Amino acid sequence: MLVEILFYVFGTILVASAFGLIVARNPVYSALLLVLCFVTSAAIWLLIEAEFLAIVLVLVYVGAVMVLFLFVVMMLDIDLVELRAGFTRFAWLGWITALAVIFEIVGVVWARGGLGVDATKSPSGLPADYSNTLELGRVLYTKYVYPFELAAVLLLVAIVAAISLTMRSRPGHKVQDISKQVAVRAADRIRIVKMDAEKRS
Amino acid sequence: MITLAQLLTLSGILFSLSVAGIFLNRKNVILLLMCVELLLLAANFNFIAFSRYLGDIHGQVFVFFVLTVAAAESAIGLAILVVLFRERRTINVEDLNTLRG
Repeated sequence: MLVEILFYVFGTILVASAFGLIVARNPVYSALLLVLCFVTSAAIWLLIEAEFLAIVLVLVYVGAVMVLFLFVVMMLDIDLVELRAGFTRFAWLGWITALAVIFEIVGVVWARGGLGVDATKSPSGLPADYSNTLELGRVLYTKYVYPFELAAVLLLVAIVAAISLTMRSRPGHKVQDISKQVAVRAADRIRIVKMDAEKRS
Repeated sequence: MITLAQLLTLSGILFSLSVAGIFLNRKNVILLLMCVELLLLAANFNFIAFSRYLGDIHGQVFVFFVLTVAAAESAIGLAILVVLFRERRTINVEDLNTLRG
């Protein structure tokens, strides 16, 4: 019963913050409301006993991705008035689409037998010594070990791509080029000129 | 206890709200990226709900990979956004018409 009450409370917060995200005037508010969305989702995932992913969601998303979003939002000097212009022009289309999607999904889910499983039953309780992290690690490091390493390579490629995209060399920017300094020879720097001595006047 | 139908309904509402967000904020690239993140979160909800209610851990492995790819996607997306703003001084989607699309 307590779990159900908590689920409804968190679900309400989640839907309200998602709604606030899409209608907020300021992108900073949107980013902060998205953080709230992620934290509330992590709480709901804890309620249905997916502990490892709940912690990963908070660490990776709130800790890294959303901080990156906030950085970018605050770094760019954007003209909000121009971006908000025509906000309501396609709003009706958006709301109609949203209502249609909600109606379809909810209709399918609540129709009995629509999913091939009984959607109204609760999950079987887990034993007291069940460890979600252990079970996840067991398949991740055996059956999914190659996809796991591919994911690691993907993240590396993403880092390299992001850095190489945003790095630039400004003109007039003073940097030390070590290899150029080491490779320099005396002949490049000084020129010895042979000339006759001048007569004393 | 929470039933599967309740969870799927919640993720459906979340998904459709983010679709509406893409319609509403169609000019602002940052908000489009945020709405895509919310959309992926709604998809992850479904994966975790089914994984838990069918007693199959593989759904959670998929969520793990989706989180990885989404993190890489948002990092590269934001890098492109920063470069774009540096070049054009705008992030309005309507001004990005060099390809005449």
